[in-house]
Amino acid sequence: MTKATLDQIIASHAGRDGALLPILHDIQHAFGCVDAAAEAALAAALNLSRAEVHGVVSFYHDFTPDADPRPEVQVCRAESCKARGVEAIIGAAEAAAGSRVKLKTVYCLGLCSSGPNARVGERVYARLDSAALVKLVENA
Amino acid sequence: MTIVRISDDALALACGADEVAAAFAKAGCTVERTSSWGMQWLEPLVEVDGKGFGPATPADLAAILDGSSAKAIGTIAEHPFIAKQQRLTFARAGKTRPLNLDDYAATGGWAGLNRARAMSGEEVVAEVLASGLRGRGGAGFPAGIKWKTVAAAPGDRKYIVCNADEGDSATFADRMLMEGDPFQLVEGMTIAAHAVGAGKGYIYVRSEYPHAIAKLNAAIELAKGIIAPFELEVRVGAGAYVCGEETSLLNSIEGKRGEVRAKPPLPALKGLFGRPTVVNNVLTLAAIPHILTEGGASLYDSLGVARSKGTMPIQLAGNIKHGGLFETAFGITLGELINDIGGGTATGRPVKAVQVGGPLGAYLAPAQFAIPFDYEAYAAADALIGHAGLTVFDDSADMSGMARFAMEFCAAESCGKCTPCRIGSTRGVELIDRIKAGGKAKADAVEALPQMHNARKSGRSHGEEIQLLEDLCETMKFGSLCALGGFTPYPVMSALKHWPEDFA
Repeated sequence: MTKATLDQIIASHAGRDGALLPILHDIQHAFGCVDAAAEAALAAALNLSRAEVHGVVSFYHDFTPDADPRPEVQVCRAESCKARGVEAIIGAAEAAAGSRVKLKTVYCLGLCSSGPNARVGERVYARLDSAALVKLVENA
Repeated sequence: MTIVRISDDALALACGADEVAAAFAKAGCTVERTSSWGMQWLEPLVEVDGKGFGPATPADLAAILDGSSAKAIGTIAEHPFIAKQQRLTFARAGKTRPLNLDDYAATGGWAGLNRARAMSGEEVVAEVLASGLRGRGGAGFPAGIKWKTVAAAPGDRKYIVCNADEGDSATFADRMLMEGDPFQLVEGMTIAAHAVGAGKGYIYVRSEYPHAIAKLNAAIELAKGIIAPFELEVRVGAGAYVCGEETSLLNSIEGKRGEVRAKPPLPALKGLFGRPTVVNNVLTLAAIPHILTEGGASLYDSLGVARSKGTMPIQLAGNIKHGGLFETAFGITLGELINDIGGGTATGRPVKAVQVGGPLGAYLAPAQFAIPFDYEAYAAADALIGHAGLTVFDDSADMSGMARFAMEFCAAESCGKCTPCRIGSTRGVELIDRIKAGGKAKADAVEALPQMHNARKSGRSHGEEIQLLEDLCETMKFGSLCALGGFTPYPVMSALKHWPEDFA
């Protein structure tokens, strides 16, 4: 994590009301995590206590304290995808993922008539069966 | 040159619409990317001269162009799924290009705003009141009363906040509206700003909707000159379900933990940054442009039943054959929606349960299919309409498992502020596990400690465990600050009531 990039991100949100979440998104995007050093720098820049910043970072699922270099596949396991059988195919996906791919459970991608659904990066996938989901994991 | 219309809605994309569009472009067709008609089982739906073909793959190209494709569904606008609807909020669905200002203006866009700007703020509020529009997010609070409160509240600054944190499973109408007709939401918020005297608006979208975020940002940039001096900004959530609760959403925009605030003070009086704030759902604000057109308010009021006025974009999801978006006036029965329009389950097995209103909504049994779609009728049946999402389950569903999931979900997403939600949900999971295991044989180690004077020393029977679950639900329902803890008992209790055999 370079301090220059961090300062640049913080400066780009100057004058914005309630800028903490947009800044955290940018930091997570740039570094893959929001670590203790970033929290300290943010606290100093925004005139907050480190506890306040850490409280926010730890509250939201999207911000992580450590970077995870593995590719991530998000699989929806909410009610509508359960009704369409995601639980029956998740085992095969877990086996295919092993320790190489991070399989993350999310609750709802908004494609609820056509599950089971998954997301990799900015791309979403619907109507997955076991083979399609395994392929998605293998290609991640 | 043949003009081919293919949706760029996220669901169409997830089913391969980009690949289909690329194939048609390569074949020399002019491809227009439109919003989705909402017939999601047919996506990617290809439209040529008003006729539809779906679900299409690049391999269907030749047959679609020469009209011989077996995937033809005839004229899309005359398809029973579309013809049976009464679309006001989704009037443009499938017909316009989402980010095309000419398309928007040619289909009545900005008419509501122009008319509203010629009126005073009070007159606009009066029309919204007269339309009978109630908040579409779930609580069903009359929008006009909220606006009136904000308009009358003293404040140096006021805000319009759009709740687009559509986290409920089975709901996707907000997403479709933001992706398919973003200018309508922009127009609705601008009218709200004019009505209450707000200068700035925020749209809080969940991070799981990257396509909606991109469309909204582009739409705001394009419409900047039209909505000025009103300013709009998109704020992206960070994966917290509870931020769909309005006070926690406000905290999140302020850059704080998304914890629920106690009410009062109402957000209408002390909302975002402590200023008077209108917080409305996407569908509420998107209904405004229509209501503000000439005669729109009285038309809206003439539709629906009792105190549920106008139309509701209902979302058919889960294990359903014909899933998608169905906008119709209030009063339609659940049976019509599931069986006649939805065509029953996708698996072809009998319907066992329908969850209405997302993860916090009750499970309804086929015996209740005659209930009309109406806020009060649902409340009387211990259920709720919520955001009007329907999740259909076939007879393979394990309802105690779904009840356990409701508790598990609440535990995962609780903001932690109030005890019934934070701790009750975890105890609920344990309790349902014990019930499934046949009731507890003896008191657990903590209960058996000599210090635990009030704890019982013997184990509970199966019946007593059920009684305990009912007590827990009662505590959560009446002791929680917001709907997350307060409504989690709905799916749990309804599952227990209608399918006790699944808890044996």
